[in-house]
Amino acid sequence: MRRKDGDAKVTGAAKYIDDLTFPGMLYGATVRSSIPRGTITARHISLPDGYTVADHRDIPGPNYVALIDPDQPCLAVDEIRHVAEPLLLVAHADKDALLHLDTRISIETRNGTPTYDPEASDVCFKKIAIDKGDLDAGFKAADVIVDGEYRTAHQEQLYIETNGVIAVPGDGRMTVYGSMQCPYYVHRALVVLLALPPDKVRVVQTETGGGFGGKEEYPSILACHAAILARKAGRPVKMIYDRVEDLLATTKRHPSIVRHRTGLTRDGRLTAMDIDVIMDGGAYATLSAVVLSRGVIHAAGPYRCDHIRIRGRAMMTHTPPNGAFRGFGAPQTLFAIEAHIDRIAEQLQIDPVRLREQNALRPGDTTATGQQLGRDASALAVLRDAVKRSRFHQKRKAWAGTNRGIGLSLFLHGSGFTGGGEVKLASKASLELTPRGARILVASTEIGQGTRTMHAQIVADALGLPYDAIDVHEADTAFVPDSGPTVASRTCMIVGKLLERCARDMRRRLGTLTPAQYYKKHGAFTVTSQYEPPPGLQWSDETYAGDAYGSYAWGCNVVELEVDPVTFDVTPLNVTAVAEIGKAIHPMMAIGQIEGGTAQGIGYALTEEVVMKDGRMANAQLTNYIIPTPLDAAPMDVGLLERPYAHGPFGAKGVGEMPIDGPAPAVINALRHCGFDIRSIPATPERLMRARLHHGFSKAGT
Amino acid sequence: MRFTLNGKSRTVNAHPMKRLLDVLRGECGLTGTKEGCGEGECGACTVLLDGVAVDSCLVPLAHVAGKKVITIEGAAATRTGKALQNAFVEQGGAQCGICTPGMILAAAPLTSHASFDEIRTALAGNLCRCTGYPAIFRSVQSALKASKRAR
Repeated sequence: MRRKDGDAKVTGAAKYIDDLTFPGMLYGATVRSSIPRGTITARHISLPDGYTVADHRDIPGPNYVALIDPDQPCLAVDEIRHVAEPLLLVAHADKDALLHLDTRISIETRNGTPTYDPEASDVCFKKIAIDKGDLDAGFKAADVIVDGEYRTAHQEQLYIETNGVIAVPGDGRMTVYGSMQCPYYVHRALVVLLALPPDKVRVVQTETGGGFGGKEEYPSILACHAAILARKAGRPVKMIYDRVEDLLATTKRHPSIVRHRTGLTRDGRLTAMDIDVIMDGGAYATLSAVVLSRGVIHAAGPYRCDHIRIRGRAMMTHTPPNGAFRGFGAPQTLFAIEAHIDRIAEQLQIDPVRLREQNALRPGDTTATGQQLGRDASALAVLRDAVKRSRFHQKRKAWAGTNRGIGLSLFLHGSGFTGGGEVKLASKASLELTPRGARILVASTEIGQGTRTMHAQIVADALGLPYDAIDVHEADTAFVPDSGPTVASRTCMIVGKLLERCARDMRRRLGTLTPAQYYKKHGAFTVTSQYEPPPGLQWSDETYAGDAYGSYAWGCNVVELEVDPVTFDVTPLNVTAVAEIGKAIHPMMAIGQIEGGTAQGIGYALTEEVVMKDGRMANAQLTNYIIPTPLDAAPMDVGLLERPYAHGPFGAKGVGEMPIDGPAPAVINALRHCGFDIRSIPATPERLMRARLHHGFSKAGT
Repeated sequence: MRFTLNGKSRTVNAHPMKRLLDVLRGECGLTGTKEGCGEGECGACTVLLDGVAVDSCLVPLAHVAGKKVITIEGAAATRTGKALQNAFVEQGGAQCGICTPGMILAAAPLTSHASFDEIRTALAGNLCRCTGYPAIFRSVQSALKASKRAR
């Protein structure tokens, strides 16, 4: 099936936000703090005519970016919590007039003492506790106890199109166009900040050059900034970040510290898992509570154990807020458990595949939150397929003691919002009859993953019409209902299912008539479907127990790599990625998600290092924040397994996020096979060299 | 400043040190050329300058005087352009699409006999965050095969 947005993208016709202009448009810029913590004591502004300047006093509504907690100001009043804290906004008709604003604007501050260590922070955004069984009894039943601490660092989403919006004022209304994942998040933030009724605010997604979570919540604050300037100037205002500002100011993946204490019998059966998870939230709460939630729920990995205790905390530090990034907390905790399992295997002298096989969740088993898994629990199937395809055991044996290594990881990923999230969202999708077929009306955004194409396929199949008869409306809040955000691997499984129901309703109403016949006779009509939880799904936010997700996708990665003994450069030689996703609606695009997410995961493991210096990203340039290039890309062997989920469209579960969960621990386990005991990522050559110099070829140490 | 843009002669009145990228997107109104980093790392702004792929964010306008520039809007007229455009749709090489114009132009000078290593090397200066590259390699290989058949 040819992707709906394909031809416009390969000819240069597709319009991204920076490709649009409006008559009388100004350009906007943000004046930010330069200190990580403090108080503003004075502002000196000496700008000639022609500039529009706005600060917090120009905000008509309450001064916060509406999301979960109302703690992040749109523009600072006097408190500064991070180096990129927005203080003032400036607009001018000439973009070049916005260069060197620092020579005309000076901000006096009183410096405070920043905290960068989440464990030393005294502000906690969210605490979560999960308890299953009796931990003490579990440890009593253990012959062996293995401890470990694992750390992950910031990671930048690095969509190639930076964040950008255009705000267009007029007639008591505000319209914002922009690069974004969640038009209704932006809509709500604007309604609150501008104190406007919902129908006076319109948000339109323009073609979006990648998101990966980086355009989940961040576009809200940027849209608010542009809208404040546009309101004050009475003219459209375009704000596009350059790469440096995008890297300095926008959200990153939460750094984490995860500690495991695990009890096992001598033959390798898990008896107790005690897990402590700390996430570094940065300066404001943003999405930290829900990132932590997904993180702790995935912290026990794809394993069965009767006695589990998980404690999680998201802490404030004085760096720019961390936020959504593909995987959303799960890559951090799955890194920890999967690196830990290989250390356990080493200590018990059990084959890492056998240890996983023995403990993997099977249909009917319960997870840490007590969710009983259905027939689509596929941990063993993905593990066995990946081991076989990669000839894991032959290579493991052949490469022992060399600078080549092979390692694996086993993981699961919950599809859709966590816990009661989907019930609260109560998403809607609509389908409108057209003379030639139907038009899809959803707020789900196309950000490269193939939303429009995949939704059109689902509708076409359920309606019994050709794919080309289905149109997709742009994600414009003036026309589409709130289908919830485009996040959490929910666009296919949740919104796709709503569309499937719409299509079946429409088909019933059409009866024996074709769309053209019906349209001619009766005119157009629209059907709308709203989310209802599958029967029996239960969740408690109080006890954090129950069905955390409607379903899970399952994955196994095998990474083969070589370490240069002189430079400690790591070359991935081959990556095997097996994923069980229910049903691949568009296999080529599903494979595209897996290959792309896997490459991001390899970058996370090896090269992508955000160097934080005094609370500021010191390497905020593509020259020295290193994502994989075409020359770094390892050959990938992707295997798709399908075990249909009864409540997904045609059996489909989520696919978008999971591929980034597995590569980092598989890389670290392959390095362990080469004799490197690494427990934090990224495993840069410098880190590998230190590990080798301190500990030689022995397996001990950090 | 006079140069040939997508096969047509073009005169632009702009500062000679203005970035070619800005001239193409601004004065010439061709927004298919994208900016990803502004420092020659990502390749999203790749255009062909006398048949050679260059980062237009690093090329001052003065440098193109009298030369031939081809952007994504003119790519279909090149030897491999149409086949590449089609293959990037059919083989999944285009996801979000922001790197796609640059990728296609970076691949355009390849001959139909190009080896896998030659393809990787041609694309080495272009970053993609969506695909992890295998689908881009498949797209280029398929296009080169198709353009070979077409001749």
